[in-house]
Amino acid sequence: MSVSRLDEPIIIRGRGIVSGVAEAQALVTRETISGWGGVNPMKGEIIETRHELVGQSFAGKVLLFRGAKGSSGWSAIFHFSRLAGVAPAAMLFVDMTAKAALGAVVTHAPTVTDFDIDPFSVIETGDRVRVDGGKGVVEVWKR
Amino acid sequence: MLRLTSEEEAMASGAHGKAAEKAMDLLIRYANALGAERFVETNNVAGVPGSAHQWLKDQYKDDGGDYRAVFCKFDLDADEVFDIPVMTGNACHLQGGMDPELWREQGYSSEAFANAQSDENNTASLNIRNLKTCTPYLAGNEPKFGEHCAWMESSAVVYCNSVLGARTNTEGRESTSAAMITHRIPDWGFHRDEFRLGDHLVEVDVPVNDIFEWGMLGYYIGEIVQEEIPVIDGAISNAGLIELKHFGAAAASSGGVEMYHLVGVTPEAPVREKAFGGKTIKSRIRYGADERKKTYDNLNIRGKSTDVDYVMLGCPHAAIEQIETAARLLDGNKLNDGTALWIFTSRYVRAQAQAKGYVDVIKKAGGLVMTDTCSAIAQSIPKGTKVAALDSAKQTHYLPAFMGIEAWFGTTEDCINAALSGKWQGELS
Repeated sequence: MSVSRLDEPIIIRGRGIVSGVAEAQALVTRETISGWGGVNPMKGEIIETRHELVGQSFAGKVLLFRGAKGSSGWSAIFHFSRLAGVAPAAMLFVDMTAKAALGAVVTHAPTVTDFDIDPFSVIETGDRVRVDGGKGVVEVWKR
Repeated sequence: MLRLTSEEEAMASGAHGKAAEKAMDLLIRYANALGAERFVETNNVAGVPGSAHQWLKDQYKDDGGDYRAVFCKFDLDADEVFDIPVMTGNACHLQGGMDPELWREQGYSSEAFANAQSDENNTASLNIRNLKTCTPYLAGNEPKFGEHCAWMESSAVVYCNSVLGARTNTEGRESTSAAMITHRIPDWGFHRDEFRLGDHLVEVDVPVNDIFEWGMLGYYIGEIVQEEIPVIDGAISNAGLIELKHFGAAAASSGGVEMYHLVGVTPEAPVREKAFGGKTIKSRIRYGADERKKTYDNLNIRGKSTDVDYVMLGCPHAAIEQIETAARLLDGNKLNDGTALWIFTSRYVRAQAQAKGYVDVIKKAGGLVMTDTCSAIAQSIPKGTKVAALDSAKQTHYLPAFMGIEAWFGTTEDCINAALSGKWQGELS
């Protein structure tokens, strides 16, 4: 049975690239994320020195980020984070790269990209977000 | 919509065995995520197939916890375990975890070494070449112009696309292991002509002419253009192999640069117009004295104490000329007590350096020439290191974040001076 909500979500549509459904709090950065060297995969924590999220963990969060940068170890680091149980619950990103695509695939977290509206104009850290990676639908409840 | 050839369909359906079936399954999921419409064939694949620390092997304990289990379940993201076929074609293993002889100095246990040896033997038995370097183009794998490759290692990828004019995206461990089996990789990104054209124009107003300057320029550009393609023109010179190795590695670390054009230098940019191919220039970026100073300060943001206890060279892995330079500066001198010097390179280059006597000169001074890995990859630094000195913008970007240490960035000479005196005296001239 689904719980009815009094507040209507804001809906963003995109292209689902990893199927599955997850609902969690958002963690948002307009910056790109470096996987290997930028993330501690045992904690799901951003460790890049000058990153705006340094010290924060994406474990169990809906991670909205610009895209992937840096080392080709990106996919393996996010893959490790899944094995360690600290992967994001879902991923949303705007800049498509081989690193981000492969990383999303092996992380098995519902993932959506190619959005109809700029997700950064809607989603802020702490918002409640439900991601349907099969349908490419993102529902957002503001904090 | 992804379309498969009949051979690809046969692989996906299991007609060519379980490994090809599962490798195609992963590649199809990946190609669909990218939005690719087809695959290209590739016979030149560089990755880190099957190599695993004990932690990763332990994740697959129920499946035997061995090389095979890791290859199937991690590399191919498969839900079962099966035999991996002997590879055909040019498949190579990039950098690995430890030096085959100096692993004790790097802080590894004999168990960890035995594990690494076992992985290496498995890799070799699959007919995968153990180049064990981030610079395969310096160790016998130099793809030809236009060749479709599937490479990992961001610094090698950017070199492959930009300098050699071969074609690869920054692949990951899983996609390269799958490509070794199937000889397929999604036809997306840098495999396609239109994707290789320039986005941003960078006009260089200060002389950029050695690895120090080229490294800073790359670091500056990467942070601005992120994963887009810069076209660099202006006061650039001495764009040799070593300089471009440092430039590309830096740009691929501060950003995600996978290809650049140097007007009049790199093969797809004989003139500015050709590099942009009619595309609109997204932005014009100037690199002058202020930008150079800001970049230097950013790279030295984690340097506080001038007491240097570790000097690391060879990121990306040193070319023979760089080892020669280090040997020349060290010849007849002794390192400061309490300061270590590790220089990283490939087995291939080390053999040449050994033959020339450079390895012995460096050893006599108190330094070590190591292969296979580097401090960031291995997360291995001399015991008690608090402050490192580095001549690589890439290593400076990663090592302090990994190890929680301070770091200085400067010229190779600054670094060797620090190794000899124990003091950081580098400054921007």
